[in-house]
Amino acid sequence: MSAGGQGGVASARPPAAGPAAGLLARDISVSRGRKPVLRGVSLHLRPGELVALLGANGAGKSTLMAALAGELPVHAGAVALDGRPLGEVSAAAQARRRAVLPQSASLTFDLEVDELVAMGAYPHPGLAPAEVQALAARALDLADAAALRGRRYRELSGGEQQRVQLARVLVQCLGAREPGQARYLLLDEPTASLDPRHQHGLLRAAAGLARSDEVGVLAILHDVNLAARWCDRLVLLADGGVAADGPPDAVLDAQLLQRVYGASVTLLPYPRLPGRPLVLFE
Amino acid sequence: MTQVAQAAQAGKAAGVSFPISRHDHQPVSRHDRLPIAALAGLLVAVLVAAAVAAASGPVQIPLSAFPRLLWGAPAPDEALWRNVLLDIRIPRVLFGMLAGAALALTGAVMQALFRNPLAEPGLIGISAGGALGAVGAIVLAGGGFWLLAPAAFAGSLLATALAYALGRRHPGVAGLLLAGIAINTVAGSLIGLLTYVADDVQLRDLTFWSMGSVAGANWRLLAFLGPWILLLSIWLLRQWRVLNALLLGEREAQHLGYAIVAVRRKLVLATALVVGPLVAATGGIAFVGLIVPHLVRLTLGANHRWLLPAGMLAGALALTLADWLARVAIAPAELPIGLVTSLVGGPFFLWLLARGGKS
Repeated sequence: MSAGGQGGVASARPPAAGPAAGLLARDISVSRGRKPVLRGVSLHLRPGELVALLGANGAGKSTLMAALAGELPVHAGAVALDGRPLGEVSAAAQARRRAVLPQSASLTFDLEVDELVAMGAYPHPGLAPAEVQALAARALDLADAAALRGRRYRELSGGEQQRVQLARVLVQCLGAREPGQARYLLLDEPTASLDPRHQHGLLRAAAGLARSDEVGVLAILHDVNLAARWCDRLVLLADGGVAADGPPDAVLDAQLLQRVYGASVTLLPYPRLPGRPLVLFE
Repeated sequence: MTQVAQAAQAGKAAGVSFPISRHDHQPVSRHDRLPIAALAGLLVAVLVAAAVAAASGPVQIPLSAFPRLLWGAPAPDEALWRNVLLDIRIPRVLFGMLAGAALALTGAVMQALFRNPLAEPGLIGISAGGALGAVGAIVLAGGGFWLLAPAAFAGSLLATALAYALGRRHPGVAGLLLAGIAINTVAGSLIGLLTYVADDVQLRDLTFWSMGSVAGANWRLLAFLGPWILLLSIWLLRQWRVLNALLLGEREAQHLGYAIVAVRRKLVLATALVVGPLVAATGGIAFVGLIVPHLVRLTLGANHRWLLPAGMLAGALALTLADWLARVAIAPAELPIGLVTSLVGGPFFLWLLARGGKS
């Protein structure tokens, strides 16, 4: 299914974006201070797919996402956005194609939810106010945050703040209007402070966005089952390298998980969905 | 495939059907009515305060005489009123409005840039840096506004850069305040040293710096500082989006497409370009840049689209009233305007600290 979808995407897009389309880290090595965190990691995020980034604490998930977000210098290897090295693409052009949801975001001064969500349109100065409002309404619906309109950001709970921030980056993502332009969405632990209903709601929305709007979504997740249930592909990091990269049933191997997470693992078939195993940690 | 192709087609169609329209020319939405009403109210208040301030003083001029003094044919015995109004009062009131607007604007910009509600040109040493530059110019090179202004600018810029670097090294409110204390102390002691070696004429010029004053206003000064500060202010007002983005954090602002290192450099430079020459002309006027943005934020919220213009108007109002108070409180003598702003601002600052520096 995913391969067929990508074929369609490639043929619908003008040739310039063609085979190089994607947010690509190639053999990158990154150090934080003197400590090497990533060693020769490659990850290719293609438009239209939802990918989960998994791994134990300290495996380098956030560092890899930061490198893809252009926040960190890469010591070896390269990060490319649709075939062009990140360093050659201006911050403004990057923002039109790639949105990033931070793990947690505080505000120096309080803003209203609507004002915060509308900030997602800043990279797209061509949008008329009515278009921004329409995008914000759609994004707030997708993030299940429509009920929070008119509230002040700092009054919200952690989970509510996270949904509002998600709506903001969805506006940024949906606001790109260049025809055929691939877009990418990086989510750093988006489900961290969400209840189970909103965790599934968020991933359902992300999967829908990937299909309908040709967005490549990469999400750092800790819940392996949530990842297996919704994502097209899982990337499992261990010790600063990629331990596995593929569809859920290929990556979710009992022995591999045991080694990576250091906990004993039982795999069960998912009741209704073949190819998406359930993982039981003990 | 067809589904995706359709989506791409829809995207293309959408791209074509929405013409490009810069959102600088946004129509007024329901959401914007309150801030626009507030701006209009502030503008009226500023004009009323300016008229009252221009009318009162040792020579009382009735408001009803203003039109014929300014545009008509005043009676022969009203020549004094006309001279006082045109040569003294109006430049002074305009100058106070300009200084108040500039201080409130730069205060609001710094608070966003430093992500800190207590950042203010006076508090973190930028005014002191400017004053040191100006005092240095007076004592070592003889003074004159055209020498003072660049010297004050250089001092302000240096102090801003220092405050920023030190404040970042120790994040949070404390780091910036400590940096401000250090900069204020160093600048203050150097000013003290220069005072020590100054001669009598220079000393008279120097006393002016300790409190700040808009008494030096005249049309020539306004002709330079007015356009200078207004042009920089217009540029700063246009930065409201990036300042909003900075409320989220520097990383998040970068993800919204702002090359943050360059943006930061430009904002610091523009602030110093405003504060430096202003300090050269007025000395240090404390607390306006702290209190005014804070009060505006309490009423209108932190969206810089409204905070910046409303802050400028409220700053103009505050300094017009402060200068009026300074002139009439112990008339015919005059209080230094910085004393008035400090008398109001000091307790307010204490209250702010007692609340934990939150806004």
